[in-house]
Amino acid sequence: MNGIALATAGLGYVYGDGTRALEAVDLRVAAGEHLAIIGQNGSGKSTLVRHFNGLLRPTEGEVLVDGMPARQHHVAELARLVGLAFQNPDRQIFAGRVRTEVAFGARNVGASSAELEVRVREALTAVGLQGSEDVNPYDLGYSRRKLLSLASILAMRTPAVILDEPTTGQDARGVARVGDLIRALGEAGRTVIAISHDMRFVAETFPRLVVMRAGAVVLDGPPAEVFGEPNWATLASTFLEPPLSARVAARLGLAGVATEADLISAVTRRARESEGALPEGA
Amino acid sequence: MSLTLTAVGYRYVGTSRPALAGIDLTLAPGEVVGVVGANEAGKSTLCLVAAGLAPATIGGRLDGAVTVDGLPTAQAHPYELAQRCGVLFQNPVTQLSGTAPTVWEEVAFGPRNLALPLTEVVGRVDDALAALAIAELAERDPARLSGGQAQLVALASVLALRPAYLILDEPTSQLDPQGTRLVGEALSRLVAGGGTGVLLTEHKTDLLWGLAGRVVVLDGGRAALSGAAHAVLADDRLAAWGVEPPGRVRLARTAEAAGVALPELAA
Repeated sequence: MNGIALATAGLGYVYGDGTRALEAVDLRVAAGEHLAIIGQNGSGKSTLVRHFNGLLRPTEGEVLVDGMPARQHHVAELARLVGLAFQNPDRQIFAGRVRTEVAFGARNVGASSAELEVRVREALTAVGLQGSEDVNPYDLGYSRRKLLSLASILAMRTPAVILDEPTTGQDARGVARVGDLIRALGEAGRTVIAISHDMRFVAETFPRLVVMRAGAVVLDGPPAEVFGEPNWATLASTFLEPPLSARVAARLGLAGVATEADLISAVTRRARESEGALPEGA
Repeated sequence: MSLTLTAVGYRYVGTSRPALAGIDLTLAPGEVVGVVGANEAGKSTLCLVAAGLAPATIGGRLDGAVTVDGLPTAQAHPYELAQRCGVLFQNPVTQLSGTAPTVWEEVAFGPRNLALPLTEVVGRVDDALAALAIAELAERDPARLSGGQAQLVALASVLALRPAYLILDEPTSQLDPQGTRLVGEALSRLVAGGGTGVLLTEHKTDLLWGLAGRVVVLDGGRAALSGAAHAVLADDRLAAWGVEPPGRVRLARTAEAAGVALPELAA
């Protein structure tokens, strides 16, 4: 299944109590693109993504889903196009058995019974919960309930998938698993947006980062650019710090570094150059 | 004066497999003990047992002894434990009372139940909100907070009880980097005062590196390793126990494996 494009034009949102959460957000996400949204708590990240599946309707501007204004889609139609896993799994989970929970969304977007079984199995395997089909979700720990909530969205096989803080409460293996499943969605050509506070995770997992501050997009680019020294002041203004690799690289006077692998190869390249050997690729 | 676990084992109701086994742990006021481990390694169970909620409130079978300032938790009344141990659960939404119209009232709920004079309640609530830099949330409806805000409010409500022992189950799981730093700073200040000991479970080993004096690694309900924080967090076996090493430890190891020197990491 191929991904779909998502976009906002001049999107603004004011909550009922008068709190402004978004202001003039222009964001274009191409079909099949992968990006992470970062920014401090309350910067509008969750409010923004909830517009893509119709949970929120803009108070200003426009939201485009697959090229069509979202207001022309019913929520039921949007649910077929955009799957959204909530930050708090307990706001999503309701069924008494893991199997029923995962099948619910898929059934509602029209999967046949025969297909349901396959979808449930694949989704549970993707998050490492195979074998837990008959367990009550509330007998799982918080981190596994979180993985279960991701599986429910995966089983819907929507062309676009939005994950609100998918690594919250996960241990090292859980974080690696979430990274793997995002990469697998990428290979399948689906559009993925994730919200995260884990700078190393986003640098290693996403080719594009969007930084939000006070309801607006303030930076948008590849991790090595967003985390580059020229942007540190902007990052600090929304209380973000680049990952350790980028900070160490800056101390070494190396640019274009976001991940550990970037840093190691940049240091190695420089060492080779200073030894007088030919630079890599020359 | 300490919170002490001696040869502690614990089984939940209706299960035969122990969730904890052979745990020895001491927490004194003025220190921070970090607990790390893979999911389902027993971290949350350790919190429940240390706080005396298991087995007193949720049943199950406890082996060994848990004492708070010499008082065995198995025989203690909930009100006796509540004045000594403050607990923050993993999911803050579980923690909030659901009865308070504002964040201020939510944080005041605990102190009011300690029957403190009103001026004392006001002081404690304002201090707790200020410590976590959430004074501006005071008038908000607790049911309409973001995940990160709810976690800070839940933590403030525990701080306002001013317990001698704070037991925090992943207190920063939903927080942004700034919120995580603030919690680290607030706990450091609190502990530096000498009157409070903190036991906290965390996946963020970077936070523990700067905050904890000692760290315990749980694996399958047992203490696989415990000792001085920096030594434990730099142990080669950490990843095998499902724990992400702190950034600097990880990067130093990656650099070493690649044959690259990174003396900058020490700075």
